[in-house]
Amino acid sequence: MSKVALVTGASRGIGRAVAEELGEHGYRVAVNYHTRDDAAREVVAAVVAGGGEAEAFGADVGDGDAVAGLFAAVTEAMGPPEILVNNAGITRDGLLMRMAPEQWDAVLNTNLRSAYLCTRAALRPMLKARWGRIISVASVAGLAGNPGQANYAAAKAGVIGFTKSVAKEVGSRGITVNAVAPGFIETDMTARLDDGVREAARAEITAGRFGTPREVASAVRYLASDAASYITGQVLVVDGGLAI
Amino acid sequence: MERSEVEAKMVDLLVEELGLERDEITMESTFEEDLEVDSLGVVELLMALEDNFGVTIPDEEAEDIVSVSQAVDVVMAKLGG
Repeated sequence: MSKVALVTGASRGIGRAVAEELGEHGYRVAVNYHTRDDAAREVVAAVVAGGGEAEAFGADVGDGDAVAGLFAAVTEAMGPPEILVNNAGITRDGLLMRMAPEQWDAVLNTNLRSAYLCTRAALRPMLKARWGRIISVASVAGLAGNPGQANYAAAKAGVIGFTKSVAKEVGSRGITVNAVAPGFIETDMTARLDDGVREAARAEITAGRFGTPREVASAVRYLASDAASYITGQVLVVDGGLAI
Repeated sequence: MERSEVEAKMVDLLVEELGLERDEITMESTFEEDLEVDSLGVVELLMALEDNFGVTIPDEEAEDIVSVSQAVDVVMAKLGG
């Protein structure tokens, strides 16, 4: 039977592209969303229309009880996730001197605590099976920093340290733990940037353009595949040469 | 549950979950030294005990488990035996 992949925050953006990419390539996809159930159903419909299998599961992955419920529901409906893609993320940008604790906490919770909660829940059946893939979506902001994103960069750098540590903990059990670090990708998140910022960013990108969500999703699919079985604890930068 | 039953089940779990050789396991065996179970292996064993015996083993009690017989002691205590 084909493998079950749980993608958090999969109703739009990179998460949606990952869900569709994996669905097209034979994975059975659990599409997690928080508030946008209509959008999640569209993703499920897109995967199913392509001949794949997917189901939508609503849960706030920053909340422990909700994560427990999510994994119980996915396992009941599809079996335990063999691939976990920690994608759920938000931004609450602002210069640090003007950043409220609520902005800090919201971003750390949704971007980093969610990875801790979901990975811990996913590992138990993976350890039993002696096989698993954990792939977290970090960001070049977590590697290079970004003004106005101290919270987001801290969370994404946290995801990278988390990835490397957990990779070392479970590497002997056939489980790989990796991250992808997207640069500027065409999503709702970057659509909010003003034109001056977008133009300045584009000028720094070697490829001369923003990336597409599918270009990140194909890197995730690679890390999920058997082709990447000897790669763990790595951060694959998918940024069109921004950070060279 | 009788102690002998818990002991037999414990050995089964060590073989099934941790891939140990059945004839290497005695009640006196220590996990980390004698059986060469790593720290994650001990965590896996605890999870297996919790699943199979329907008990919950808090971290502070888990830290005291060094040998197979001590793991049996903890499970017996949890089962009220």
